[in-house]
Amino acid sequence: MKKLLLGNEAIARGAYEAGVRVSSAYPGTPSTEINENVATYPEIYSEWAPNEKVAVEVALGAAVSGARSLACMKHVGLNVAADPFFTATYTGVNAGMVVVVADDPGMHSSQNEQDTRMLARASHAPILDPSNSQECKDFLKLAYDISEKYDTPVILRLTTRIAHARTLVELEDRIELPLREYNRDIKKFVSMPANMIGRHLYVEEREARLANDANKLSINKIEWADRTVGVITSGAAYNYVKEAMPNASVLKLGLAYPMPRKLIEEFANAVDTLYVIEDMEPFYEDAIKSWGIKCSGKELTGVQGELFARKIAAKFQGAEEAGPMNTQGIPARPPVLCPGCPHRGLYHILGKLKLTVCSDIGCYTLGALPPLSGVDTCVCMGASIGMAHGMEKARGAMQAKKTVAVLGDSTFCHSGLTGLLNMAYNRSVGTVIVADNSITGMTGHQNNPANGYDIHGEPTTALDIVKLCEAMGINNVRVVDPFDLKELEKVVREETERDELSVIISRRPCALIVKQPGVPFVCDSEKCRNCGLCMKIGCPAIRKIETGVAVDPTQCVGCGLCAQLCHFGALNPEA
Amino acid sequence: MYNIVIVGVGGQGTLLASKILGQLAMNNGYDVRVSEVHGMSQRGGSVVTYVRISNDQPLYSSIVEQGQADIVLAFENLEALRALPYLKADGTMVVNTQEILPMPVITGSTKYPEDCLSRVEANANTIKINAVDIAHECGTYRAANVVLMGVCAKMLPFAEDEWHKAIEQCVKPKFLEINISAFDRGYAYK
Ligand SMILES: Cc1ncc(C[n+]2csc(CCOP(=O)(O)OP(=O)(O)O)c2C)c(N)n1
Ligand code: SF4
Ligand code: SF4
Repeated sequence: MKKLLLGNEAIARGAYEAGVRVSSAYPGTPSTEINENVATYPEIYSEWAPNEKVAVEVALGAAVSGARSLACMKHVGLNVAADPFFTATYTGVNAGMVVVVADDPGMHSSQNEQDTRMLARASHAPILDPSNSQECKDFLKLAYDISEKYDTPVILRLTTRIAHARTLVELEDRIELPLREYNRDIKKFVSMPANMIGRHLYVEEREARLANDANKLSINKIEWADRTVGVITSGAAYNYVKEAMPNASVLKLGLAYPMPRKLIEEFANAVDTLYVIEDMEPFYEDAIKSWGIKCSGKELTGVQGELFARKIAAKFQGAEEAGPMNTQGIPARPPVLCPGCPHRGLYHILGKLKLTVCSDIGCYTLGALPPLSGVDTCVCMGASIGMAHGMEKARGAMQAKKTVAVLGDSTFCHSGLTGLLNMAYNRSVGTVIVADNSITGMTGHQNNPANGYDIHGEPTTALDIVKLCEAMGINNVRVVDPFDLKELEKVVREETERDELSVIISRRPCALIVKQPGVPFVCDSEKCRNCGLCMKIGCPAIRKIETGVAVDPTQCVGCGLCAQLCHFGALNPEA
Repeated sequence: MYNIVIVGVGGQGTLLASKILGQLAMNNGYDVRVSEVHGMSQRGGSVVTYVRISNDQPLYSSIVEQGQADIVLAFENLEALRALPYLKADGTMVVNTQEILPMPVITGSTKYPEDCLSRVEANANTIKINAVDIAHECGTYRAANVVLMGVCAKMLPFAEDEWHKAIEQCVKPKFLEINISAFDRGYAYK
């Protein structure tokens, strides 16, 4: 039977068919839907881990103990998980282990454009690069075979256009694999120097063996056509090459690393002009050039952004360039906090108090955009706390009184705890605000360890952030509703003033998980004096009109925040 | 082969439209590529979904590029204007005549172009429809996406009952009736 599946759904299906038993992940665009779909197969144990490092450790434990396992994350997640991963390639596995990592060329939803193939090479892990959903599933199954045959965790790399594209997939049955036997193997699984010296030599030997076998691997294949032009490519770029250069011969690398040198040399020798066309870094190109083979690629396309068929046709075949999408006079439409978003109240107050805001990654990063414009820094998950502390230690306690760290509940669980512990331990007098909306919002509303529900929506224990702070020795912990603007302002003033470390939990659920939206508000034009104060919070449901403001009833969720700003009682729930 | 671009504002339900189209094409033996948007721009930003279906040429890319679209289905006026370059010279623009102000307009740093629709009409074969009102009459304004599917249906080579079948496969049973009537209203629209 065929089904139309997202690349991410096909990965989940592949895990099911490959007999995977354990899957652990932390959400991150464009990888999130993988584990959401794995969770629909009762044969696989699945969970949201608090972060990617934990997910990889869970998958490693499962694999070492004899079960095929999966960990999934976005590209930057592998940075967080790099520590276990870079040694897991030394210890190797028992049953197969695959880490699916989704890159985001073009930065649709990411803070950088890093190329996971570079980390695969740095960690000596094999990495596969599929071009459509069918390949996502087929490559994943092959990745388990490679993992077991070469005794190493394997990376399967996706890019946004593969993860979030639907193409047809032929479904197959699950193979039920018995648990492999688990035996203590100190030399292999205990990473002490004496043991790992031997394992490092093994890694070298294994990598050379796989590189050699890669010359005959089914997913590294040449599609011969006209031999005046040959293209080496993989992943999404392969699709664009096929459309832009239908006559060229193509060497498609299904295994992106280690690279099949003999096959590449054979291909290069058989074509007159060789192009290497790949998303992101010149990963293949640099290696191929280092072997003394003449080729070109990145000097024509550059590194930043996505490649598309028209760009490839223009750069490599002299076709007419597509002009820029005409944006002249067309206002941009950046993402915004939803109507009724709890973060809006918080950013309004932080802006009013003119605080320096070390923010973090989540929906609340959108508080950086006008009109709230309330963020000084945002770097990576958890950095808010470390950076605020760094500012305090560099500039003194006075700086701490003007600075807050802001991070979400999921981000706090992901990597805020250790930063906060550092502040407590090293006598910070700063203020940390946990914007607790009881969900992992930005990635599409996943449960997390602080909201009391697991990946299936079943109740479980919830992290008690107040008690956690107390256990760290933090004396000032306050919980406040960000829509109680008066109280919030008071609490933020008091806690930033205080000569001690404080934590403020700004708590109200995300507007999109509240099942019953309230009654929309309307503006009474008799009372409205057209002062524009309510426009300061940047709610997309309010717009200015000649007589004052108008609220769009299809967007307004009746949160009442705008009404709190109005001095004249002009904004009220629809009668 | 047909290239279709669906544009709108994050949260407007463009994903259901592409799902129905993909399902329909698959049911009818076509090869399909759908490229969706998940993540940041779903928070009220501009969203673009591409649908490519073919029963005569091989498909590789899931992206429709400038000058390649047979149909652009726009859920909002400004997004219709933004998406004009996607259309082929003889392509058709279907616009749901709704205005959603982007934040830079709300804050007053720029203006919503008043001549949005006339610029679209001057440059493309255009069908305008107030799908929100029609959907509201059918039971919920949220079915506007399916009204637009109905308009689109007349430009694609699939029978009406095939559309009904695809809609049935893609929406929750309790919303089926509303969605079928929304589709039919779109299909009957002139
Ligand atoms: C290392 C890493 N993993 C995952 C992500 C993807 N990501 C971006 S925002 C976010 C969720 C933030 O949730 P929360 O902190 O609760 O804030 P909310 O979006 O709910 O306001 C995630 C998982 C990332 N940017 N970096
Ligand atoms: S999804 Fe929730 S947290 Fe994110 S912007 Fe919307 S209301 Fe706010
Ligand atoms: S009540 Fe006011 S602030 Fe809240 S959603 Fe409606 S218009 Fe926006």
